[in-house]
Amino acid sequence: MVMITYIEPNGSEQQIDVPEGWSLMQAALSNGVEGIEGECGGSCACATCHCYVDDTWAERLPAAADNELEMLDNVAAERRPTSRLSCQIKASADLAGMVVRLPDVQS
Amino acid sequence: MNAPIVIVGAGQSGLQVAESLRSEGYDGPILLVGDEPCLPYHRPPLSKAYLAGEADEAQLTIRAPAALAKKQIECVTGVSVVAIDREARAVHLSDGRTQAYAGLVLATGSRARPLPVPGADLAGVFALRTLDDTRRIATALEAARTVVVIGGGFIGLEFAAVAAKQGKQVTVLEAADRLMARVVAPPVSDFYARLHRDHGVAVELGAQVAGLDGVAGRVSAVSTADGRRFAADLVIVGIGIVPNTELAEAAGLTCERGIVVDECARTTDTQIVASGDCTARRLPGGALLRLESVQNAVEQGKSAAAALMGRERPFAAAPWFWSDQYDVKLQMVGLSAGYDEVVIRGEVEARRFSVFYFRAGALIAIDAINEAGVHMLGRKLLDKGHRLAPEQARDPHFELASALT
Ligand SMILES: Cc1cc2nc3c(=O)[nH]c(=O)nc-3n(C[C@H](O)[C@H](O)[C@H](O)COP(=O)(O)OP(=O)(O)OC[C@H]3O[C@@H](n4cnc5c(N)ncnc54)[C@H](O)[C@@H]3O)c2cc1C
Ligand code: FES
Repeated sequence: MVMITYIEPNGSEQQIDVPEGWSLMQAALSNGVEGIEGECGGSCACATCHCYVDDTWAERLPAAADNELEMLDNVAAERRPTSRLSCQIKASADLAGMVVRLPDVQS
Repeated sequence: MNAPIVIVGAGQSGLQVAESLRSEGYDGPILLVGDEPCLPYHRPPLSKAYLAGEADEAQLTIRAPAALAKKQIECVTGVSVVAIDREARAVHLSDGRTQAYAGLVLATGSRARPLPVPGADLAGVFALRTLDDTRRIATALEAARTVVVIGGGFIGLEFAAVAAKQGKQVTVLEAADRLMARVVAPPVSDFYARLHRDHGVAVELGAQVAGLDGVAGRVSAVSTADGRRFAADLVIVGIGIVPNTELAEAAGLTCERGIVVDECARTTDTQIVASGDCTARRLPGGALLRLESVQNAVEQGKSAAAALMGRERPFAAAPWFWSDQYDVKLQMVGLSAGYDEVVIRGEVEARRFSVFYFRAGALIAIDAINEAGVHMLGRKLLDKGHRLAPEQARDPHFELASALT
């Protein structure tokens, strides 16, 4: 289990133990975190699982693929340098303690 | 206690209605009734990541029980609704209970179209619709060597890609003269035929299946009307779907290629709304549109919840869809039927291009291949009614985004 903190659009924090190999989107949906829709189920096809990864973590993640970058250019909320699609981030031991913030709109 | 809003069908659309009812401010009871043995899950990965062994069942389940409980959504599984009594405002359940409703949602989805030829019921022949189907297919695939896919549509082709990657000998039999003929233009069909052949899949076009042969009750071969025979120890049938409208029909609701709803997901009974694969939406011009997609399940689900709360939230966005085969992502937006001109932009050889569809000079749809940016731009162009001329699409120096202003 990898502990991830999600900060919902209204500011409330949810700490979730995410099984290794699960995407951050899957864990958020499963636990009913507000602020992630994840409509396409993780196919990188809907851009409704947008999140902002805290600075210190953003650079530790594997880089986003072209397809993810192009979808990120079209998210509903503000696109920032730390924007990622949470369905493309897989939980692994080295992400323990990571914090992601969720935007106020996804679609 | 007040009667709940009853949602028939615990799929993606039914769940969406339940959650949207909460965001619309409804605080009464909600009962989601599903005949599958599990909670609502994402279906698209069944022919993609899940089948390829990249995810487990819990990852497909949209909400864990606690998340449903938090929103006070009650979900009963393994139970089907067998009849609707509109007069009494109640439904009859397969476990013998009668359940009154304050409002009723039909989100019954669709089922795989059965193959109408002899031998279709042999062991080793599968449709790919449910988690249960996929589980059985995954087991059978491990032992299989020669796989025949009947139907060159999205699901069959996605399955073919997964099986080919696992080193199986795969043949796709398509009755039409090209793949995905119902929805894409010839250049896209040709591209996919080549993609599959490059991965060692035999793509047989104009192959009308006449029957399946078996040995000791297990499938051994598929034969076509022109007398060809293809050995098989696993057969996947992907020849389209049939919307589950029987319940609605028996209750006297208007059905025509689906449960007929308006743009706000309302049926012909003001107490009953319907959403997702089971519906056919009456467009302002009068035509009926049936979509089989996640977007439709979600957007119509939102419309249906709003309608039950007495609000109008029409679903008017351009339809979109995607398909993953090998490392190629196809993303479609708009409806290309009736096009009179196509423009190809990008590099077909590099597997990165888009096909623009026009009717009378107006953009009606785009199929983007490994070009998510073009797809997303297409959604904006079509939703906002921006104009893009065929010459502009054809001109590689024309900045597509400038059409948005
Ligand atoms: C293998 C596969 C791949 C797909 N890939 C894509 C894709 O890439 N992109 C995309 O956009 N779409 C895709 N789709 C389509 C998408 O999954 C569907 O459009 C969507 O799931 C429809 O949701 P729904 O809730 O309307 O119907 P369903 O998901 O079919 O759910 C309806 C549920 O209601 C149940 N039910 C029916 N009748 C009753 C009854 N009387 N009582 C109780 N329960 C009942 C059914 O058993 C089912 O569980 C795919 C579908 C499949 C099968
Ligand atoms: S869940 Fe659809 S893009 Fe992430």
